[in-house]
Amino acid sequence: MGAFRVKVRRKARYVNENLCTGCGSCAEKCPTLVVDLYNAGLGKRKAIYKYFPQGIPSVFTIDAGKCRQLGEGKKCGVCAKVCQAKAVDFEQKDRMVELEVGAVILATGYEVFDPSGIPEYGYDRIANVVTALEFERLLSASGPTAGHLDRPSELALEADIEELEKDVKKLGRQVKALEDKHGKSSTQILDRVKSGTLTDQESLAWAATAEKLAEAEADLEKKKQKKAAAGTAKKLAFIQCVGSRDFRYNRFCSSYCCMHSVKEAMIAHEHDNEVSSSIFCMDLRAVGRGFEEYKLRGGKQAGIRYVRGRVAEITEDSAGNPIVWYESTTSRQVLHETFDMVILATACVPSASTAELARLFGVEVDENGFFRTDPLLPLNTTRPGIFVCGCAQGPMDIPESVAQASSAAASAAEVVASPPGEAAQAYRYA
Amino acid sequence: MFVCDCGSNIAGYLDVKALALYAETLPNVVYVKENLYTCSESGINEIKAAIGEQNLNRVVVASCTPRTHEPLFRATCAEAGLNPYLFEMVNIRDQCSWVHMQEREDGTAKAKDLIRMGVAKAALLEPQEPIQSEMDAKAMVLGGGISGMTAALALANRGYQVFLLEKTPRLGGLLLRLSRLGPSNADASELAAKYAERVQKHPLIQVMTSTVAEEVKGYIGHFQVTAVRNGNREEFGVGVIIVAIGAEVLQPHGLFQYDGKSVINQLELEERLKSEDFSAGSVVMIQCAGARNEDRKYCSRICCMVAIKNAIALKERNPDVGVRVLYRDIQAYGTENEAMFQRAKELGVLFLKYDPAMPPRVEPGKVVVFHETLGRDLTLPAELVVLSTPLIAGPDNETVSKLLRVSLDENKFFLEGHVKLKPLDFATDGVYLCGNAHYPATVREAVSQALGAASRASIPLSKKVMTVEPIVSTLVDEDACRGCGLCVALCPYGALEVVRTEKGRKVRVIPVACKGCGVCAATCYRHALSVNSYSDQQIGEQIRAFLGE
Repeated sequence: MGAFRVKVRRKARYVNENLCTGCGSCAEKCPTLVVDLYNAGLGKRKAIYKYFPQGIPSVFTIDAGKCRQLGEGKKCGVCAKVCQAKAVDFEQKDRMVELEVGAVILATGYEVFDPSGIPEYGYDRIANVVTALEFERLLSASGPTAGHLDRPSELALEADIEELEKDVKKLGRQVKALEDKHGKSSTQILDRVKSGTLTDQESLAWAATAEKLAEAEADLEKKKQKKAAAGTAKKLAFIQCVGSRDFRYNRFCSSYCCMHSVKEAMIAHEHDNEVSSSIFCMDLRAVGRGFEEYKLRGGKQAGIRYVRGRVAEITEDSAGNPIVWYESTTSRQVLHETFDMVILATACVPSASTAELARLFGVEVDENGFFRTDPLLPLNTTRPGIFVCGCAQGPMDIPESVAQASSAAASAAEVVASPPGEAAQAYRYA
Repeated sequence: MFVCDCGSNIAGYLDVKALALYAETLPNVVYVKENLYTCSESGINEIKAAIGEQNLNRVVVASCTPRTHEPLFRATCAEAGLNPYLFEMVNIRDQCSWVHMQEREDGTAKAKDLIRMGVAKAALLEPQEPIQSEMDAKAMVLGGGISGMTAALALANRGYQVFLLEKTPRLGGLLLRLSRLGPSNADASELAAKYAERVQKHPLIQVMTSTVAEEVKGYIGHFQVTAVRNGNREEFGVGVIIVAIGAEVLQPHGLFQYDGKSVINQLELEERLKSEDFSAGSVVMIQCAGARNEDRKYCSRICCMVAIKNAIALKERNPDVGVRVLYRDIQAYGTENEAMFQRAKELGVLFLKYDPAMPPRVEPGKVVVFHETLGRDLTLPAELVVLSTPLIAGPDNETVSKLLRVSLDENKFFLEGHVKLKPLDFATDGVYLCGNAHYPATVREAVSQALGAASRASIPLSKKVMTVEPIVSTLVDEDACRGCGLCVALCPYGALEVVRTEKGRKVRVIPVACKGCGVCAATCYRHALSVNSYSDQQIGEQIRAFLGE
């Protein structure tokens, strides 16, 4: 405690952050599309990107693995050409920085539980079963659907239609080229191939292409009709404790998910007041200031139905609607109900790097894999001078994390800024 | 006048060339420049050069938001020798290009309106000087419970002198009445004693028991406190104040046949456990007694854990004691609490859910409750019934709220400055909060909040001199002021006071405490008060410019 030497790797961003003005011309022109993790994989971004619009510093970064020039060794450099600030630097390397510090605060956060591990909930199988974080992005004005509750099945359909349109265009061009070349219509060729009067290779290929085009057009028409008939999601189910309070995965309660389900249900209703939600839970944990009142308001104003029952299984009907099977402990029956969309309130779990960080800093993790703290010394890890705040020590909501951040700062300040001799004593309060 | 493209952020959606040409036609405008990025080094240099070469006495930038960029442009003006408050900013990005992306013409027209208004106001701007105030680097902590003691220690260990005021004769607060703490299983009294000793021995902490603050005057950096200790008045000055006055446990008179003997509350059970005065063979606990109902809507956050902790204690003393907990939702949030809940179940504590529409009925020696899953009444033996009652706001909250001019919520708990981002600050500068005074909290949470409040308080404490923006309220027409005090009552920051002067009662502005919100100026029907850079005249001129008069 009091004298740590830390070696830090500053990863190359391939953009000089002192020069970049964050104007975004580079991303506009970058030819490479990458799955956007910020939008929970629901949208696309470019290979040169900013993680999210309000990110700080407001500076772009090249995703080296995906970049044509850096990752694939192809000639590109479009971003460097359009950058007026001359900030793009393909030669940048990772830098090692050495810091000498008196105290360390671990604020490395958490990860969201991957529900693929619970096969009965069908997250991998059923398009319209999403996680709360994915739903959050769907609700967001800056998200992939600009805040409209388009169902993932319809988003997939849209992507299909786009692909099909490309196919139809391409096939159409091929057919048209043949028609122009021979001055004959495809229908004529098709008829004659079918009747067996034309058997040469070129005619056969022509007929096959024409048939493919007809099929693609029919398919496109069908999908377009389906798309036109599809509405936005109106009937939502929220499933609580997905991966939490479940002895197979995590025994602990993730603390904040009851409230984010209520919040998401309320926002969905505010966006479209035909939306109604059911929240399936064991206990609805609304424990902060105004939370219980908010929950009640959700029931009264946003039509939220709170159902006590653990969901056993989610299946899918032929129209892609998820069916929720559950035991209602209040009516003592096994029931099932069809919804437009199901949202899984996934657990808050230790981030994958926690164990490695714990080893690096010489601190212990608890039985759940979070950094171990003491109930009476809530910011202290097992090693003096190293503190931990926020969800790195266990699930908590935003106000608690913010309060803890200040507390961790106070604890660290006692080590680095106390008058001599009192720092060591400060650590061992209780 | 500088008009910014903000790359394509503005220029992509508005006709910036047209805006620049338009600005040239406006009265008093002698120089117009369009920049790709006004905030870039070259843009900044252009502003500086223009101030010198053109002998400018006002600068207007039409670009993004003052929230992020006004300080930069003001500093630029200052560097070029122009008083930084002779600068005006027009937000044509957030208010035009971003919100009217699809309407280029209308968006450009709106930007013209905003620029015309900004120029009109700029002509009337007056130079201002930053306000400086010294910091009295001492703290007062109200409340000598675990929160207050923790906060006092954290500040004292940083080298600040602390006055720790406790209303009762003893330090320790609610801990003194509890048995053991969950989940640490620490003895509550021992913990309180350990902290109390540390606090009392600390050379920088002045412990004042049996003491209440009677009067607090002043503002951040300069609070003048009058405290009453055993009938004697004492005065001292501090720079910051932390409110840690805790809460009370509801006494459930009139609920579930409460009699304090065979029907008691959790606090009374703790006292019995502490004094080893416990013999019942069957216990039924009832959750939400007096909470989550029409009168008291809120969930008191910690009572489920208190019940679980005490149920475990009973089972560990004697596994044969039947313990049943009747609940609505078990609020064992997080890792430790849920683990405690599971441990209680392993020890054989039975948890039964009840419907508030059909509450449990307490009868002599038993409790009858409708069991939802079985669909019928259950009769549970109960030699002792323990009611889990909520923490309620203490009796002093209203007094302290008035004393410090800080807010309470609808349940009379102290209300923080921002529920998400400022959980430990009040809206009033220099006053902070933690522990049960804020909302029911576990010891873990109270300690964490107390350290956090100390951290927040140490930010101003660490500055010898505070510099404050001069965009504050000013008494511009002293003769007009009648000292009515309407503005004083409405000021959310305690930045106004009525004082006696030679001319009679007059309002006085405390610039350091003022945030320039303008409530006072808008309220004063005598127009005696005005906010610097937002005077009636300046705003009026902006409105006239908008209307094209």
